[in-house]
Amino acid sequence: MSRKVILCRCEDVTLADVQHAVKLGHANVEEVKRYTGFGTGPCQGKECLREVARAIAAAAGCPPQQMAPFTARPPLVPTELAVLAGSETE
Amino acid sequence: MTAERADVAIIGAGVMGLAIAYNLAARGQRRILVLDAHHLAWGASGRNGGGVRQQWSTEMNIRLMQESVEICAHFAEQMRINVWMRRGGYLFLARSQGAADQLTRNVALQNKCELPTRMITPAEAQELVPELEVSPFVAACYNPTDAVVFPWPFVWGYARAAAKRGVQIRTELPVTAIDRRGDDFVLSTPAGPITAGRVVCAAGAWSPAVARLAGGALPDRPVRHEILSTEPLKPFLKPMVSEIETGLYVSQSLRGELVGGVSLPEEANPDRQVRMGSRLAFLTRMARGLIGLMPRLGSVKVVRQWAGPYDVSPDGNPIVGELPGVPGFYVVCGFGGHGFMMAPVVARHYADFLHGDPPHAFFQAWRASRFADGSAPAGGDREQMIIG
Repeated sequence: MSRKVILCRCEDVTLADVQHAVKLGHANVEEVKRYTGFGTGPCQGKECLREVARAIAAAAGCPPQQMAPFTARPPLVPTELAVLAGSETE
Repeated sequence: MTAERADVAIIGAGVMGLAIAYNLAARGQRRILVLDAHHLAWGASGRNGGGVRQQWSTEMNIRLMQESVEICAHFAEQMRINVWMRRGGYLFLARSQGAADQLTRNVALQNKCELPTRMITPAEAQELVPELEVSPFVAACYNPTDAVVFPWPFVWGYARAAAKRGVQIRTELPVTAIDRRGDDFVLSTPAGPITAGRVVCAAGAWSPAVARLAGGALPDRPVRHEILSTEPLKPFLKPMVSEIETGLYVSQSLRGELVGGVSLPEEANPDRQVRMGSRLAFLTRMARGLIGLMPRLGSVKVVRQWAGPYDVSPDGNPIVGELPGVPGFYVVCGFGGHGFMMAPVVARHYADFLHGDPPHAFFQAWRASRFADGSAPAGGDREQMIIG
């Protein structure tokens, strides 16, 4: 069943992928992000972070409130290079 | 082994520290402990662009990187982990005659080392990458055997293989003090003290702080470098492309994303703090650079940017071996943004040295004492191909 539950839609990361990562010892959000690639697609985790954090907590057997989010990376939304090139900030 | 006693304690579970631990364990060394203040791939090993190239300007670096690429090429098979290695080559572009002359000298030396690099014209560069706007360039060079990898699995691969050979890896455990007890070191940690016969500091840009704990001094400094990643595109970019003058580099990962960075002027950093915040100034410069290089990329979206520290020594060369004044304390730092690609080969020779074998020539060239005794080369053998 967990193979069919997709948590991260951008990168097709399933519940089974997250459970496997935890089994290998990646027991926090930052490490599971690196191992599974969840949160690295167009939405940058905005849709899936909470669900993945819950799944990690459940698989690792620790309270969900112990899960810290990963570092948010700019830009806020995917942004065209041409727009960035027009920025005044350099 | 118990956590309280290690024959060799390695501080820093990045690719360098873990690879040294793995190689040392493979040589039969027991009771190796690797400590890190954070999780695996938190530091520069998890933040770099994954370039693995053999195009250097000194014979030692060329030959070392030939060996390192060989190790990388067999890594997936030996460590049983996918490292997403893609040998699309490296294409360097020069805007000025001076840079072109440097590339020509490099290529002659690389050919002597049997590396198949060749000088090519801008038109030939455009044949390799049709999207390139080549009018600003006077010359280029290309080596088809250079590669790009995904850095994280290298860290996990070494960690797993080391653990399998009995190495103990303790993450999220900072070393807060280093004291001497006779010939031993005592490392203070939140989990209690750890006694170590020898200590290897493989903490990258954080090495000076670790050395200070042990009463030593290191002259390297952290320099923030940034990278961006775009949305995935259909595979179109075969080589890693790099501009000599601007330090811009960009490659396409096997996931299809463009990943690259560019030099910004070094910021003032009198306290030598490691800074890893992201800046809009980087996005602006990189966006302009990428569009200048490949005008068609204007509509491509950036999805993420991040930063990591280059660990830069005063003469641009790494710093290795026993730290003067602190017997039993070994350093391996100052790789100036190229420690990841050099780790497989440097760690192998470093482990041999710690095991008691005669040291590789780099231990003399990169000895830590060269700064204290004034014998650091003032440019003669200085590596010219520090990019990014």
